[in-house]
Amino acid sequence: MSTLSTTSEEKRGWQFPYQLTLEKRVEDVPKWLPAATTIGSIVIAFIISGIILKIIGGEPLRVAAFAFDATFGSWGVFSDTLVKATPLIMVGLACAIAFQMKLWNIGAEGQFYIGAFAATMVVMVPLVPPDSPKVVVIGAMLIMGLLGGAVWAFIPGFLKARFNINEIITTLMLNYIAISWNNFFIFNNWSDAGFQMTPTFEKTAWLPRLADYAREYRIFSGITLHLGVVFALIATVIMWWILTRSRWGYEIKLIGDNPNAARYAGINIARNIILVMMVSGALAGLAGMSEITGVVHRLQERISPGYGYTGIIVAWLAKLNPFAVILVSILFGALILAGREIQPAGLSMLLQGIILFMVISSDVLLRYKVRLVKREA
Amino acid sequence: MDPIIILHAGMATGTILLFAAIGEIFAERAGVLNLGVEGMMLIGAMTGFSISLSTGNPWLGLALAMLVGGLLSLLHGLVTIHFQADQVVSGLTLTFLGTGLALVFGEGLTGQNPPLIPNFDIPGLALIPVIGPIFFEDHSLLVYLGYLFTPLAWYYIYKTRPGMHLRAVGEKPEAADTMGISVYGLRYFYVFVGGCLAGLAGATISLSVSPGWYSAQTTSGQGWIAVGLVIFAQWDPVRAAIGAYLFGALRRGILDLQGPRTIFGLTNPFFVNSNWGFFLQMMPYILTIIALILGARAVAKKRLGAPAALGVPYIRGERGL
Repeated sequence: MSTLSTTSEEKRGWQFPYQLTLEKRVEDVPKWLPAATTIGSIVIAFIISGIILKIIGGEPLRVAAFAFDATFGSWGVFSDTLVKATPLIMVGLACAIAFQMKLWNIGAEGQFYIGAFAATMVVMVPLVPPDSPKVVVIGAMLIMGLLGGAVWAFIPGFLKARFNINEIITTLMLNYIAISWNNFFIFNNWSDAGFQMTPTFEKTAWLPRLADYAREYRIFSGITLHLGVVFALIATVIMWWILTRSRWGYEIKLIGDNPNAARYAGINIARNIILVMMVSGALAGLAGMSEITGVVHRLQERISPGYGYTGIIVAWLAKLNPFAVILVSILFGALILAGREIQPAGLSMLLQGIILFMVISSDVLLRYKVRLVKREA
Repeated sequence: MDPIIILHAGMATGTILLFAAIGEIFAERAGVLNLGVEGMMLIGAMTGFSISLSTGNPWLGLALAMLVGGLLSLLHGLVTIHFQADQVVSGLTLTFLGTGLALVFGEGLTGQNPPLIPNFDIPGLALIPVIGPIFFEDHSLLVYLGYLFTPLAWYYIYKTRPGMHLRAVGEKPEAADTMGISVYGLRYFYVFVGGCLAGLAGATISLSVSPGWYSAQTTSGQGWIAVGLVIFAQWDPVRAAIGAYLFGALRRGILDLQGPRTIFGLTNPFFVNSNWGFFLQMMPYILTIIALILGARAVAKKRLGAPAALGVPYIRGERGL
């Protein structure tokens, strides 16, 4: 049993009359506790961020009120929040399935960029005739987005499976490589009249938005929500089914929890590493495709404000549960949206970091019972 | 494209990776994987730069950068050593936290000109042909410190009693505990040392090697390259130093490729169209991956490897898996 004392470990002198003890939980964790600790962690993280903001001379309450208004204040801004949440859901799922296997894919950011790049190829190369109907163009971009992310993720997956090379470093290095790769094309081959972006795509390569139907339904006027959110929801259901209902999901979890047992059970770990990595990459690539066809409508620099990295936090906060990923994504979508407007610029990143820190610290409450007991004399 | 200039610059940029990688070696040798190097470096770079700007004393900046890096790493220590959280996730969190803090507190630092760590020649040694201009001329104290620090770190880890305790805690914590070594205490200490060195590495960038504050671009992934270097170096400080200097020189040499109009009599594509430079920018990251592949082959051949208890929390009275 390990003990965490609240005072210094001095043998002599005055001691605080109570001490905190940790006792390993023998019984099951109550069902409500994980949700309660997560929500509590988020609240505490907001308070700490507020204090930091106060220290550097900001007004936390006004910023919070402003941020809430700018993200949940009306249907219009709430739809903007959901638009930010859409890529996060897909990237969060990408991280969740890999993390289930304790496969640390930190490369969703790069897979996102390559997914966007591959989808852009459909329009810029072009891979389908430019006058093809919308269904064909979007369909081809969808496939290329999935494929691009999967191919990019295959590299670290293969290196891990074949040479046992740490995937954390390789996936991260590939993020930087992917961004340079995209930059080459938008500065060079695909540059629109010397600007650092491709020309705006033809309308056939735009995902339908609710706002497109504003003429028929007045209520949709100005609502930017696009078809990508449907991709995200379908992906969520499929991931949920894979992870909780399929044999493959069981294998993934077993490899994550106990690789030795999995090996004795005859599960091909190397094959699963590559497969899971590619599925994870495909989801991140899909997010990239959805972002450029649904929001930006061209390939340019900085199409992601760090979605790939935020996806890691989303997945962990959601305890790798696909449906929880949706809820957490909405919260973080709001954070990213508000983060664009509030100063200083790093604040929303800091808040994300503090939230994740609080959540992993609070996990100790799930494994141990913390008690305040009177010190023995 | 002067090889002496490239190697000279390599020693300077290599020093950044050297501090960060050896710091990480200390932490990992004690059994704690800390993936927060990038975040600690960034906050070190910001702190050093900011303190030098406000006090006019770059040395104070350096000292506080180390302290802040160390303090941040203690959060990782608390969560992974006492709370037994997953070291990978906690380390990533530390990177987010460090980056966020550095960006928030570094607001408005871009474009400022604080006093920097001065460069100087080593009298006598600088006069040696070739060697002098590469190693002993016009470097900051930090580079010279790196020369001394590497063999000292090696000696400490392999030849001293505290170094033996360090290795014991990372290889077989149960055994170390029975010997009366405080596993938790040493792990906290070496995580702190690693954090201090990462902070120092960050301040080496912002106050000496490429002075300035360019928000997250200041480190641009060098913390992660350092983590990769540790694996490549097989947790050995001397190999880490050689790798760091080589890496620094290659990095500079690759950037210099864009300069000349012709290479070996052929038209230089990087000069004609500067956009090809994006492929040069990828090189440090590609090289890191290649270094890991080479490292992995060496491991397979010599049966070297990570400290046995790396990434495994130590719980007294419980048998390890």
